[in-house]
Amino acid sequence: MTEEIIIAGFGGQGVLSMGKILAYSGIMQDMEVSWMPSYGPEMRGGTANVTVILSEEKINSPVLQEFDSAIILNQQSMDKFEESVKPGGVLLYDPNGISKHPTRTDINIYKIEAVKEAYDIGNTKAFNMIVLGAFLKIKPLVKMENVLKGLKKSLPERHHHLIPMNESAIKVGLEKVETV
Amino acid sequence: MEEVRLMKGNEAIAEAAIRAGVDGYFGYPITPQSEIIEYLMLEQPHLRTGMQVLQAESEVAAINMVYGAAGCGKKAMTSSSSPGISLKLEGISYIAASELPCLIVNVQRGGPGLGTIQPSQADYFQAVKGGGHGDYRLLVLAPASVQEMADFVDLSFELAFKYRTPVMILSDGVIGQMMEKVVLPPQKERLSNEELIKKYGSWATTGKPASRERNIITSLELKSERQEAHNHKLQAKYKEISENEVRFEKLNCDDAEYLIVAYGSSARISQKAMQIGREKGIKVGVLRPITLWPFPSDEINKLADQVKGILTVEMSAGQMVEDVRLAVNGKIKVEYFGRYGGMIPSPNEVIEALEQKLIGG
Repeated sequence: MTEEIIIAGFGGQGVLSMGKILAYSGIMQDMEVSWMPSYGPEMRGGTANVTVILSEEKINSPVLQEFDSAIILNQQSMDKFEESVKPGGVLLYDPNGISKHPTRTDINIYKIEAVKEAYDIGNTKAFNMIVLGAFLKIKPLVKMENVLKGLKKSLPERHHHLIPMNESAIKVGLEKVETV
Repeated sequence: MEEVRLMKGNEAIAEAAIRAGVDGYFGYPITPQSEIIEYLMLEQPHLRTGMQVLQAESEVAAINMVYGAAGCGKKAMTSSSSPGISLKLEGISYIAASELPCLIVNVQRGGPGLGTIQPSQADYFQAVKGGGHGDYRLLVLAPASVQEMADFVDLSFELAFKYRTPVMILSDGVIGQMMEKVVLPPQKERLSNEELIKKYGSWATTGKPASRERNIITSLELKSERQEAHNHKLQAKYKEISENEVRFEKLNCDDAEYLIVAYGSSARISQKAMQIGREKGIKVGVLRPITLWPFPSDEINKLADQVKGILTVEMSAGQMVEDVRLAVNGKIKVEYFGRYGGMIPSPNEVIEALEQKLIGG
């Protein structure tokens, strides 16, 4: 099993940290992982994306042009990455701020109203964990216990009191994801 | 069980430096390797091992701090990215001439000039053909994973002290910025002057005992006869290194009809290309040089008797391809494929290039 994932959105949305938590969850499940960010002059409000690979085998290229799954969180990323999903692959997106919705018919498209749900639970910072929960519902690559272990590893200890809040946000995502 | 951590390549180098018992890191920030000095500053290794970390006023100052510390027999290192390494070259030549051990890390970015901050491998010539002035060589290691970023720090110092010569880790923005699993090496103690002398001899400026003459660290010798003799000594050392320290990895080479030669992140991309090629029925293998100098010329020459053609894949306009052609010496076709200026080749592009340049052509 190898899963090649692109997570793309605005800087500040928690794209890179979502990828890191996913990668750490993979480690907790004894998988091989790689996390390759687009780095550059990007900043808060600019675009940010990260390629995460989870695999039972040794990972060769950390840089990819096509993906099994794309998690897309803004229009620029939709324009850039809709075409890079492999036929039969998964595209998950938050319709918030999306004016041109995905049109491909050879892939499986899902949506999660993560901005809205985060607002509803009164914690806009949990946005990325809602998206992660939605993705894990579609692709249960890692067990929830390992996600929680991954969270614990990724967060500095002074933030460990936030883990229950993140856990409940992941559960919101698991419940609210919809097929398009 | 060993602790597995998820780290960036740059962070792995920094943590491995503390664990290798390094005495001093001197650097100046530049993307894409600033995490090295950031990690060291945050980690405060002076509290853990006594290791000193200093942000110098410039790259030139940093390399000369390394020169001074190395002259005292200390394990000293610096890191930078391409334009910063250019600034350090004068100092590197002096360190090589003075036969001092040290580690220089280059996390390459696209050039020439200030260029871009995206990954590149266009400093190959600079690293393996000298870079600075005079007849010197750097022993150059090319990591292809975060694990190797960590492992090569201690290896570099072992080699640097064994041969009393500067060692370079030639990495790039992909390996520096990516995170992977890494098992960190155990903590080594920093060496005292007594332990250093016992292990490596008393060449450093550790204080003059009554039992020997003073040690002088210099790269200046105005008598040409003596300067030539010093060069002979250096060349003998480089010959010994090239006979003993060649390192490489071979993948799927046993039945290969075509060979890709690639190092660092290009080797990772080429492995994926190899997988795609094998699925298409192309018998392709990958040879990954781990030492770029000394270069695995003999192994490539041997493989040239077996395969029909070789493709080098590098993020430069074609630099390592010259060394592969020298190794093959005209026996078979050697072609090059690469992207540069901060662009990264895709596995599909690599296998298409191999098909066009070697199979179709």
